[in-house]
Amino acid sequence: MKRAAAWAVLIVGLMYFIVPLIGMVEFSLSMRRGEYSLDAYDIVLGDPQFRRTFGFSVIMALLTIIVGMALVVPTAYWVQLKLPRLRPVIEFVTLLPLVIPAIVIVFGYIRLYNTSSILPLTGSIWGTNLLLVMGYMTLGLPYMYRAVDTGMRAIDITTLTEAARSLGAGWGTILWRLILPNVLVSVLSGAFVTFAIVIGEFTMAALLNRPAFGPYLQLMGANRAYEPFALATIAFLVTWACMGLIQLFTRFSRHTPK
Amino acid sequence: MAWLGILPFALFILMFLVAPTLNIVIGAFRTPEGGFTLANIAGLFTPSIMASYWISIKISVASAALGCIVGFGMAAAVVLGGLPRGIRAPLLTFSGVASNFAGVPLAFAFLATMGPLGIVTVFLRTEFGINLRAYGFNILSFWGLTITYLFFQIPLMILIITPALDALKREWREAADCLGATTAQYWRMVALPILTPTIMGTFALLFANAFGAVATAIALTGSSLNIVPIMLFAQIRGDVLGNPHLGYAMAFGMIAITGCANLIYIGLRMRSERWLK
Amino acid sequence: MTFLTLSNLEKSFGPTRVVKDFNLDVAAGEFISLLGPSGCGKTTVLRMVAGFEPADAGRIVIDGRDVAGLGPRQRDIGMVFQAYALFPNLTVAQNVGFGLKVKGTPASRIAARVEEMLTLIGLPEMGTRYPYQLSGGQQQRVALARALAPSPKVLLLDEPLSALDAKIRVSLRTQIREIQKQLGITTIFVTHDQEEALSLSDRIVVMNQGIAEQVGTPHEIYNAPRTGFVANFVGTLNTLEVEVLDPATGRIAVGDQQVTLGRPLPQGRITLGLRPEALRPDGAGEALTARVIGMDFLGSVFRLRVSMAGQVLAVDSFTTVGVSPPNIGDMVTLRLNTQAVLILEA
Repeated sequence: MKRAAAWAVLIVGLMYFIVPLIGMVEFSLSMRRGEYSLDAYDIVLGDPQFRRTFGFSVIMALLTIIVGMALVVPTAYWVQLKLPRLRPVIEFVTLLPLVIPAIVIVFGYIRLYNTSSILPLTGSIWGTNLLLVMGYMTLGLPYMYRAVDTGMRAIDITTLTEAARSLGAGWGTILWRLILPNVLVSVLSGAFVTFAIVIGEFTMAALLNRPAFGPYLQLMGANRAYEPFALATIAFLVTWACMGLIQLFTRFSRHTPK
Repeated sequence: MAWLGILPFALFILMFLVAPTLNIVIGAFRTPEGGFTLANIAGLFTPSIMASYWISIKISVASAALGCIVGFGMAAAVVLGGLPRGIRAPLLTFSGVASNFAGVPLAFAFLATMGPLGIVTVFLRTEFGINLRAYGFNILSFWGLTITYLFFQIPLMILIITPALDALKREWREAADCLGATTAQYWRMVALPILTPTIMGTFALLFANAFGAVATAIALTGSSLNIVPIMLFAQIRGDVLGNPHLGYAMAFGMIAITGCANLIYIGLRMRSERWLK
Repeated sequence: MTFLTLSNLEKSFGPTRVVKDFNLDVAAGEFISLLGPSGCGKTTVLRMVAGFEPADAGRIVIDGRDVAGLGPRQRDIGMVFQAYALFPNLTVAQNVGFGLKVKGTPASRIAARVEEMLTLIGLPEMGTRYPYQLSGGQQQRVALARALAPSPKVLLLDEPLSALDAKIRVSLRTQIREIQKQLGITTIFVTHDQEEALSLSDRIVVMNQGIAEQVGTPHEIYNAPRTGFVANFVGTLNTLEVEVLDPATGRIAVGDQQVTLGRPLPQGRITLGLRPEALRPDGAGEALTARVIGMDFLGSVFRLRVSMAGQVLAVDSFTTVGVSPPNIGDMVTLRLNTQAVLILEA
């Protein structure tokens, strides 16, 4: 009796998720009148704008992940090793990006780093790109920090560090060759979530006028009939791939704790 | 000396999170000349802006409440409903995917479903003769946005409540059974009170989540639905309101509301963690 | 007329038979321990009595009532869990009164009963506290009070002391037994700790791999084990291989020494079981000599490891102030209590 009710709830719930996805895919295949075809996909994938903006977002995502992890991993390590009292503060800080909407943050960037301030980042292309990466980093910070922190707590970094120091290793060696390999799965997990967020991000890219994938999606949506659905399907598959890869890595990692 | 280690992180947070936000918050109380004023905040209390806050709040409350209820139901079905154990991991993975599937793509998925030519709309018309349009349903509306937001609200609830349901010890249920409690009594007197802080807290989180969502709304409604993020977006783009500082005030209003919601979330989470020590 | 009867209980999980043809008669007010190693089926038996696991076969009769189709709710039993399982959102008083509240007892009656129970367990002032504010031992006492408050017919305890510190374990188990005697409630106690079982029970059921190896009083279990498993599981047991010289009188040869046990023995080479206290450095009894090869000082007792005819035996004696134990390498004379010698299956 209980089981039947549980199945019913689950199936009805899943319907809510599956139907829109089916609709999206169906529309994306309906460009040619009367039959299913991949015409919409052909157009989209052949569009130079698509490649340009998707490429731009991928590069931004990779930069965000690299710079982000270069900041987060040593910080998480240091806090756990030397400043454990600071943990609640850091945790609170890493949750701030969930409180302050992205639109407010980017609004703040525009006001603070515009051409008439000490750090006129918005005045140049690379400056604006830098701002975008920083913005993406704040968006991804909760996920990156939490994933890495959890991974570090699962291994005893204090003992590992003391052992390494007693054998003469420097801080760089410790981080690069000892800590990082052991938290690699957590780092990857945070990285994939960040990748998914950056690829689809709209607000910051739009307000900073950068040619990212998000604004491109928005533009296509406003002007075309079938291509947006193909794009949406592609975006969904990319997100799914990211999450799936996380699961794959987590399951098949042999010598790191889950 | 150890403090040097977190200097890069602190610098980053300061320059790219705290300072911009403070700039906005302070700007909300500044006149163009630089003096202190409450006029900007006062300027929020015009009918159109109040209306936009109000509709934002309504959508956020509705999608948060429905997200809580449906998410709880689905999580409970999988954790407590006696379903095969293999269902759990795929459901959680899917929830991870769906909770990040927001923005423009999501809007399109729902346009394809419930828009004028959407498959559900068409299906209902051809099979059941129900014309949604005639019932006043329009995807570019309060209900359309709410239903769309559920796509990432429900999974977020599932992700947060599943560990909490796991934490309900089997022995509590068994002890209650021995002592003579029915299922309803167990839920009313033990399980729900234990879960309430987490549920309420997640409600607050979902509320903040919906309140700040921009991309989905823009993609779905163009600018026809005047929720706060859309108005703020337009304001930042082109100062449509004729007073730059009003933008600050609107942003401050957003922070204040999401900030309160998250404070509630944190407080409730701390309370439930203390109990379950 | 037994109060609680278990007949031919069977339980399998998948292909594994966890409980095999289990039978037990419990008299009213009796304290029975189910003792055995992990996986022997003792907890499964308890959970079948409680109603959490349905039995594959067999009957359970409580106070004349066959409880086969009944759930835990209708069996009128009280249960104490290893992990206390107090409801964290309710105060101590609300926890204790829970069983009465769900039955609709009036609030005044509940309050009186809760006070009575809290006094019984020795925590009269703790009613308004929450479980997270109590120590492990206190929480378990509250769990006991909660189980007893609705005056159940049978009390079931599932390794209630395993999660507690050693000192608390000892004092709490005494308290549990006193409360049980005072209330006269029929009790089944599951444990893997033989000291607990021996000190608390009216009778013990020693279980191994789903079957009851032996049922008896603590004295019987310890001094007259019927199988090798029981003899080894409960207490320490020395084994001694001897040659029977005269089966009628029980004269045996241990290496080049000979003693008479005074009772008939089977022919040939047999294995004897001896508790460490069956051999003494002093007193009366047949004499045997052995060489001391080791000594463990255990506080109130010191344990000699001696070598006799190439076999190693453990010999326990009480520590006596003023008398120093033998040194390693010494030859000692040991007195054998012939009545305490067990004959084990070959």
